[in-house]
Amino acid sequence: MNPILVIAGQEIRAALRNRWVLAITLLMAALALTLAFLGSAPTGTVGVGALEVTVVSLSSLTIFLVPLIALLLSYDAIVGEAERGTLLLLLAYPVARSQVVLGKFLGHTTVLAFATCLGYGAAGLVLGWSAAAPDWESWIAFASMIGSSVLLGTVFLALGYLVSVAVRDRGMAGGLAIGIWLFLVLIYDMALLGALVADQGRHISAGLFNHLLLLDPADIYRLFNLSGFKVSAFSGMAGLAEQAQFGRATLLAALFAWIAAPLTLAALLFRRRQL
Amino acid sequence: MMTSPTVQIAGVSKRYGERYAVRALDLALEPGECVALVGHNGAGKSTLIKMMLGLTQPSEGGIAVLGEDPSGPHASRLRASMGFLPENVAFAPAMTGREVLDFYARLRRLPVAANGALLERVGLGEAARRRVGTYSKGMRQRLGLAQALLGAPRVLLLDEPTSGLDPISRQSFYELVRELRETGATVLLSSHALSEIEDRTDRIAVMSHGRLVACGTLSELRALAPLPVRIRVHFAEKGSGFAGSMRGPKAWEWLDERRLELTCANDTKVETLRELSSMKGIADIEIIPPTLDEIYAHMMREAAE
Repeated sequence: MNPILVIAGQEIRAALRNRWVLAITLLMAALALTLAFLGSAPTGTVGVGALEVTVVSLSSLTIFLVPLIALLLSYDAIVGEAERGTLLLLLAYPVARSQVVLGKFLGHTTVLAFATCLGYGAAGLVLGWSAAAPDWESWIAFASMIGSSVLLGTVFLALGYLVSVAVRDRGMAGGLAIGIWLFLVLIYDMALLGALVADQGRHISAGLFNHLLLLDPADIYRLFNLSGFKVSAFSGMAGLAEQAQFGRATLLAALFAWIAAPLTLAALLFRRRQL
Repeated sequence: MMTSPTVQIAGVSKRYGERYAVRALDLALEPGECVALVGHNGAGKSTLIKMMLGLTQPSEGGIAVLGEDPSGPHASRLRASMGFLPENVAFAPAMTGREVLDFYARLRRLPVAANGALLERVGLGEAARRRVGTYSKGMRQRLGLAQALLGAPRVLLLDEPTSGLDPISRQSFYELVRELRETGATVLLSSHALSEIEDRTDRIAVMSHGRLVACGTLSELRALAPLPVRIRVHFAEKGSGFAGSMRGPKAWEWLDERRLELTCANDTKVETLRELSSMKGIADIEIIPPTLDEIYAHMMREAAE
């Protein structure tokens, strides 16, 4: 069997064993179900499928929650093994260092994808079963929300791996991971907003602003989910969506770039690391 | 039979900043040979082992393992024929012993069916289904040994293999090492327990502050270190007035009324014994050569000067 798959399998087994999978799945299912039921109560009167509302509320929550879970899973992946002393032995095996990074990353991605699909999917099923049958378009919006949530998580897994490879101390890796979360999820948007207000439209054009949004994976995710389909009407992103110059394919490509770049950098750094 | 060294270390130095961890070191290990690497903490033993595994590169000089550069393009394939036991070996605590060993076997692309027998061999048959987190230090060490033996490696690098092992496990460990040597494997083990490696290794390499101070068989090391030999003479009866009758300058000391300890240089040992054998009233003569501990301490003193 390919060493990448062997390492990924071991990582998944460890996550099942130490209850990470169970904890994340339950957390996500609980939040998704809560939002689904809270969301469907008022909309019954307005006559909109509850699914769209759930997409809006759930994706807003995802932006905060999924990156945090992903970083918690991954910041420890390499530096933790180095500190516990298991990394030295692993690297003495007939395995390339890039295979170690890719294998562990693949394992964590599987864990996150499994928990997201199961947790959010449960809420989707409950809604589809209880509410007035939503149309296909709403289902597609919900499914692509789940898919892009996994992608968003994968972006932050890759960033966590980069931290885990770059730093020699576990505590520092944890701090840096939280820093990345704060910056990309909270501070970047606020800074961008502040810049817009201060600038008064003199330098930052609409085109530049759109490109600036691509520099933050959380904003890409937001654009992807909140500006599409009928959803934008409820999200307050409708104005933005009209101006958005990127198609969904471009946004997806940007998310994939956000996965590939940190992961490649992590693999390169890890290859050069002296033990 | 022509054999080429399995490990060839030539002029290797490893520098971390200004500090040398290993300095201008030459060493060759032959197939079927067990070499002990001894030295104080921080002497550079672990760094040397890491360089042989290609985990870190030498700053100067070159290493060839089985004829290849361990950090070169074929490093991964090369490591398939090497076994390694790190110092303070650790495993994922939530896995069972069997699961850990199966994982490492799969990484080597080996069938996992033989792992049960391997665990039995290192004395972990009973504990195979228990989580590693519940293992004692000695059991973890034995699991570490089991993974190092996977796939019958041709080069075994063992960093402090007997630390944490009880005397029985130590014996079975050296039994394993002997079997491996017979199959032509090269075993390099680092150790602090000098007394136990004395008669169990072919050669001993002494490291101090990154340098190879000496390397050879125990008797070669004895010849290098001009340490006195102690001769204990047991008298049948109280043998007072004895010492004065001996020729030549010798140091002696009465241990008790009937036991005398003489100290002489190694090259005057035979002469002294001849003299003793002609005396009357001697019940037994014991010759105590300098132990590896003493030789090592002597070499460390010399290296410090």
